Amino acid sequence: MQAFFQEAVIPHFNFWIYVVIMMIGLWSVIAKNNLVKKLIGLSIFQTAILLLYVSLGVKEDATIPVVESGVLAAYKETSATTDKKAAPAIHPDRYANPTPHVLMLTAIVVGVATLGVALALTQMIYKDFGTLEEDEVLQKIKALHEDV
Amino acid sequence: MKAKIFASIAVVITGAILLYAVIDFPDFGDPGSPPNAGVPGGAPAASRYYIQNTYRDSKVPNLVTAVLADYRGYDTMFETVVILTAGISIFAILRVVRRDDDPSAPEPVASDRTIDGDHHRIIVGITCRIAAPLIQIFALYVVAHGHYSPGGGFQGGVMLGASFILLALSGSLRETLARFSERDYTRLAFVGILIYAGLGLLPMWVGRNFLDYGALSGLFMTKGEEMARSHSMLGVEIGVAITVMSIMFAMFANLSTRGRLQGGL
Repeated sequence: MQAFFQEAVIPHFNFWIYVVIMMIGLWSVIAKNNLVKKLIGLSIFQTAILLLYVSLGVKEDATIPVVESGVLAAYKETSATTDKKAAPAIHPDRYANPTPHVLMLTAIVVGVATLGVALALTQMIYKDFGTLEEDEVLQKIKALHEDV
Repeated sequence: MKAKIFASIAVVITGAILLYAVIDFPDFGDPGSPPNAGVPGGAPAASRYYIQNTYRDSKVPNLVTAVLADYRGYDTMFETVVILTAGISIFAILRVVRRDDDPSAPEPVASDRTIDGDHHRIIVGITCRIAAPLIQIFALYVVAHGHYSPGGGFQGGVMLGASFILLALSGSLRETLARFSERDYTRLAFVGILIYAGLGLLPMWVGRNFLDYGALSGLFMTKGEEMARSHSMLGVEIGVAITVMSIMFAMFANLSTRGRLQGGL
């Protein structure tokens, strides 16, 4: 049991947390009857994905992906003496991976925008059916078809 | 009840499969993991190139901004288009435009909450009125300083939009719409995209690739192509910020009034 924790859980504890968060979101999307609660579940699900991506870019003992001014000064000195294609003084392991940050930065804003569209749709559903409970909406749709 | 039992079974099975897959994932914080260093025996990861060469290519210390606006500029442009599309869809779904509506007619009393009409909101309203310009100045700083510190167009745009939402929440939507009308924000949303796409198209004028900002050194009167890239990134971020600001406020205005743009919360 202890060996399992040492090898499987502790080095990957972040992924375990994301799987738990993601499953909470998935559960509420499937099981909850209220459409707004489903949307909240969808947002929780999305948060798990965002955390997963950002954690992939984490490096131990690294700082945020903004090159420090001291490093920039050293870099300018080396590039002034040698040609432009000279070996860069910036070590990749010094900074966190910027790519997941970029991807998630846009994903957060796009997530907010799509959530707005989803809320607009639920507002229209409420306007048309007078309820946000999924089973009641389905019943009313069925009744509409029977009338026709 | 049945749905909850089935959902629990599905979630437990999916979670177990995912947790089993997690065992093969790289360790947390490992600098040599495939996303950080590349696949063993294959090409090094693109992020290593970004970290090592961003400053040489564009003189931008903030790697995230450089990757966002330059290396992955095509992606970011269409992410902005997605936001614009979301704004258009909300307009299409919710907006109610009645031709017989008289714009000068007084609003319904129950929902017409102005600062003067509701004394309980005086402190909140005036505090937010003082805070809003400060928020906007800080948002402009976040946009303009996005090259050198954490920040950029998306973050600054969201803050600008939030300042208008704060005004609409604390005062009234009507007053806020008088300053930032529907016509304004709809136009600005498109202007932001046009700034981005226009800066991308300009290099094609001189026979370079789309979004190849290095060709704009003549336009920005810079010595090398690196500073032209840096300035173009600022322009692109401003475009993104304008679009995000407009769409955030448009979303709030439409959602809080069910598309009528009257009354509000």
